[in-house]
Amino acid sequence: MTSFLQQLFNGLVSGSFYALLALGLAVIFGMLRVVNFAHGALYMLGAFGAVVLGDSAGLGFWWALLLVPAALAVAGMAMERLLVQRLTALDPLYNFLLTFGIALVCQDLLRMKYGSHSQPYDHAPFSGTVDLGLFDYPAYQVFVLAVSVAVCVAVWLLLTRTRIGTVVRASTERPELTRAFGIDTRRWVTPVFGFGVALAGLAGVLAAPMRAVNSDMGADLIITVFAVVVIGGLGSVFGSVIAGFAIGMLQALGNLYVPVLSQTSVYLLMAVVLLVRPAGLFGKEEHA
Amino acid sequence: MILGLMRRLGDRPAWMRWGLLAVGLAVAAILPWVLYPPVATDILCWGLFAVAFDLLLGHAGLLSFGHAAFWGGSAYVTGLIALHSGLPFYVAVLGGAVAAAVLALPIGYLAVRRSGIYFAMITLAFAQMVYFVANQWSAVTGGENGLQGIPRNLPGVDLSDAFTFYYAALPVVLLGLAAARRIVRSPFGRVTAAIRDNTDRVRALGYPADRYKLTVFTASAFLSGLAGGLFAVNHGFASLQEVDWTTSGKVVVMTVLGGIGTLWGSLVGAAAIVRLEDWLSTAGFEQTDLVTGGVFIVVVLLFRQGLWGTATRLLRPRPPAPPTPDPAEPADPDRTPHLTKR
Repeated sequence: MTSFLQQLFNGLVSGSFYALLALGLAVIFGMLRVVNFAHGALYMLGAFGAVVLGDSAGLGFWWALLLVPAALAVAGMAMERLLVQRLTALDPLYNFLLTFGIALVCQDLLRMKYGSHSQPYDHAPFSGTVDLGLFDYPAYQVFVLAVSVAVCVAVWLLLTRTRIGTVVRASTERPELTRAFGIDTRRWVTPVFGFGVALAGLAGVLAAPMRAVNSDMGADLIITVFAVVVIGGLGSVFGSVIAGFAIGMLQALGNLYVPVLSQTSVYLLMAVVLLVRPAGLFGKEEHA
Repeated sequence: MILGLMRRLGDRPAWMRWGLLAVGLAVAAILPWVLYPPVATDILCWGLFAVAFDLLLGHAGLLSFGHAAFWGGSAYVTGLIALHSGLPFYVAVLGGAVAAAVLALPIGYLAVRRSGIYFAMITLAFAQMVYFVANQWSAVTGGENGLQGIPRNLPGVDLSDAFTFYYAALPVVLLGLAAARRIVRSPFGRVTAAIRDNTDRVRALGYPADRYKLTVFTASAFLSGLAGGLFAVNHGFASLQEVDWTTSGKVVVMTVLGGIGTLWGSLVGAAAIVRLEDWLSTAGFEQTDLVTGGVFIVVVLLFRQGLWGTATRLLRPRPPAPPTPDPAEPADPDRTPHLTKR
């Protein structure tokens, strides 16, 4: 029982990363109808950002947690303005191809500079464990889970309770109608893109102390996250986050009971969801 | 779009079509004299792969990001047949292609339930699953080491020379290309083109659109499998690189560089990328993903018609005064290939 619960907790922690990335993807997709393939690469840049800040500037984890997502948000906004925006009038698949190219370039540039072995990160903010009643658990992992849940809830509140959120949701669902009400939806496109990218960067910084930091870390993750958003329904921010946590747990339990399926379980689940509910568990059928 | 396509097919005079065919065959015949023979064979394999991919993307409007599963899946099956049976390599490659088509059935069946960007993500995810299976099932696939020492069997002929092997592989590729062209020009191909342009209308006309999509997906996988099998025999090994997601990306970039929907443009795109990578690796630059990614960015931003599309536009006589563009249609379909129904 304890090992079951412990594994479930491991699943929630890895689900934290899926949820943060899926959240960013879903927010960007909602506003721009763009699936950002570079999301995994930006996550990787976030982790490398933390490593570089620690090694060359001597700035610790908390600085990285603040500065790296902010810097990536600026980079993301520049990317949207200079590149992505040129293609938004065309078929959305062109932007998928563009961001795929950006992902390959980022990944290979870092591989050129750092090789493909993992970079050590030794600015972890805490060590030690916390007593969760039934078992002791590494304190940092508990922190990651808490941050991820807090961010997801905060974004949820931002989208549902504030004026900005209302505008963003309205331009997601009925862009023409929203414009007809005199709201300049294009004004929000760039900041929303930057925000989604910042979430990927945040996930990257959070990953630095507990995961292998190398040029492949983003690519491995993003494909799983694509499966997550297909399962959850990309049109649904809520569904993407829930699917992120759920799939983290599913994989962890798979590790425990059917180790041979640990890497493929998420794809099998995707197959089942496509059979039963092609639009995703929380999605609605639409042309994208 | 349909008008543009008809003009492209119809307006090319007979002498030009036969001339193109003659030039193409002549280039294919002398290629291993001009290039290092293994690279020439690589161009054949990637060229067929890219044409098979364009059959799906350009002529059915489906962007698969998981075609490495069929190329690589066939590479493994071809390798296993050649290693364990000693049959002629043609049989092994055919077996690999059949295996790729069989693999495409369940993947395609699930993927055609969604369109556009979802189709791309779903095919990518299933291809990643194939990658993990190839990685884990090391008793059969050799895991990280891959399958090594795949022989080039052909009774009575010594194919150990790369030069000879090129000419042994050429007929397979030509047959594959002819099949792709036949599919595009067939009544079936007209329906898939119509599905690309307006799926709902095709459904309303009573065509089972999903079944058509699945059929063209499987056909594309079969031809990709032919290419992947030949590639494995050419190199004598099949590795995880063949099922990696970057391989799926590479065939996309070849097709886009050549010109989406031009079919033969894919051959040009494949040849350009293979040559470029070969030239860079000779110069000691091994960052192939950087090249692929950079070409992606440049082509998608500045050069969406691709090499072939640009060439045909420049060669085609100017049509009489174009109709006023519809402001609701931001992209002139003649300038930017339409990928899928939006």
